[in-house]
Amino acid sequence: MRHSRTRIIARIDVKNEFVIKGIHLEGLRKVGNPVELARKYYQQGVDEILFMDAVASLYGRNNLFHIIEQACREVFIPITIGGGLRSVEDIDLALKSGADKISINTQAIKEPTLITRAAEMYGSQAVVASIEAKNKGSWWEAYTDNGREETGLNVVEWAKEVERLGAGEILLTSVDMEGTKKGFDLELAEQVYNAVSVPVIFSGGAGQPDHVLALADRINPDAVAFASILHYNTFGIQELKQNLNAAGMDIRM
Amino acid sequence: MKTIAVLDYGIGNVRSQLNALEAVGARGILTNNHDEILGADAVILPGVGAFRHGMENLEKHNLISVIHEYIRTGKPFLGICLGMQLLFEESDEFGHSKGLGLVAGKIQKLPLPADGGLRLPHIGWKEIDEFENGGWADSILETTKPHSAFYFVHSYAAVPASSDTWLAKATFGEHTFCCAVKQGNIFGTQFHPEKSGESGLQIIKKFTEI
Repeated sequence: MRHSRTRIIARIDVKNEFVIKGIHLEGLRKVGNPVELARKYYQQGVDEILFMDAVASLYGRNNLFHIIEQACREVFIPITIGGGLRSVEDIDLALKSGADKISINTQAIKEPTLITRAAEMYGSQAVVASIEAKNKGSWWEAYTDNGREETGLNVVEWAKEVERLGAGEILLTSVDMEGTKKGFDLELAEQVYNAVSVPVIFSGGAGQPDHVLALADRINPDAVAFASILHYNTFGIQELKQNLNAAGMDIRM
Repeated sequence: MKTIAVLDYGIGNVRSQLNALEAVGARGILTNNHDEILGADAVILPGVGAFRHGMENLEKHNLISVIHEYIRTGKPFLGICLGMQLLFEESDEFGHSKGLGLVAGKIQKLPLPADGGLRLPHIGWKEIDEFENGGWADSILETTKPHSAFYFVHSYAAVPASSDTWLAKATFGEHTFCCAVKQGNIFGTQFHPEKSGESGLQIIKKFTEI
């Protein structure tokens, strides 16, 4: 049975001061100014915005706090920040800069109790566990450091574990499909969705409305993240939403 | 310019509350100072997360008696999300916890349908409607168009003891729940007006003008 409305999220990956976009999270190209893009998507009616510091793990810190502070002065919808958050202190700074939720991957794998501590302090609704998945034939492996480092962890098992640890949402990125605009990894999406009971945000591969409809044929996606097709103006938010709505999905118009 | 005190008890995205107040032309101050609270033109109790944690933090910051004292001044008070839930007498979350007891009723978990088609927490945008026709006059929702959508993040919702305090309703699957309350100078919204775009800012603006 399908009841849930699907949230449409704009994903903005940032390197230094620029919005960047690559393929498989690599070969990053500059595509714009993060605050300007956030403002544009907000005005177009996007449901949420996700800022990811694409190179934070390399430097061991998140550099987005001032961008979040600026964006939050004019963008009045939920904002999630991720990338390079290493400690409760980092998370505290992220939330104080105006973010509603934080997303953690690398450090959650190194130190799973960080999820629990963050959920206890700020509530599960503020803690998004980010999982970067690469297909390994019959299974998916969780990666860290923006798809660079393998961990040996099975994505489906890790998804169950992050829910148990207290994450309120899961951001699932298919590294294989990311930036390809060829559609979601449907098998991965279905397996993770069915393994957990918290909402899952699906990211990586969305190139056209049909890709979301293919996902919605299998599961009831709680949320879908878009990057390339928004940044390159292939679709506007309203056009995207209208397409999905017309095809029978429950979307906020 | 009106001064709105946003209660500082270590909980909630207060930066967004202050930004929203600034956007509608009010001055927001983050405070737990009793004189500043009692002297403000209006007070907002923000909050996300667990009910008991919220009450414990209000106690820790010595805010409970001053909230009651402020309410008696008759000036407007707005509880948002957990801040609305704390207005009630009690909650079932993690056993049983007592709330501020300003509004009669309790907080209960949203019911999940047996077919597994819904998930908690309930996260996302949902339309709200009048509980009774015309009920939004003289309230923070006076300028809100019925069936506008607002952003929700919650697993629990208020069950007011009296329908007189129900201001607005929304649905979770087939279940209708109370998403805004009004009792005299006390208002509460389960959704986040500060995170609900222009429609949300309109509510904050209306609140600062009451």
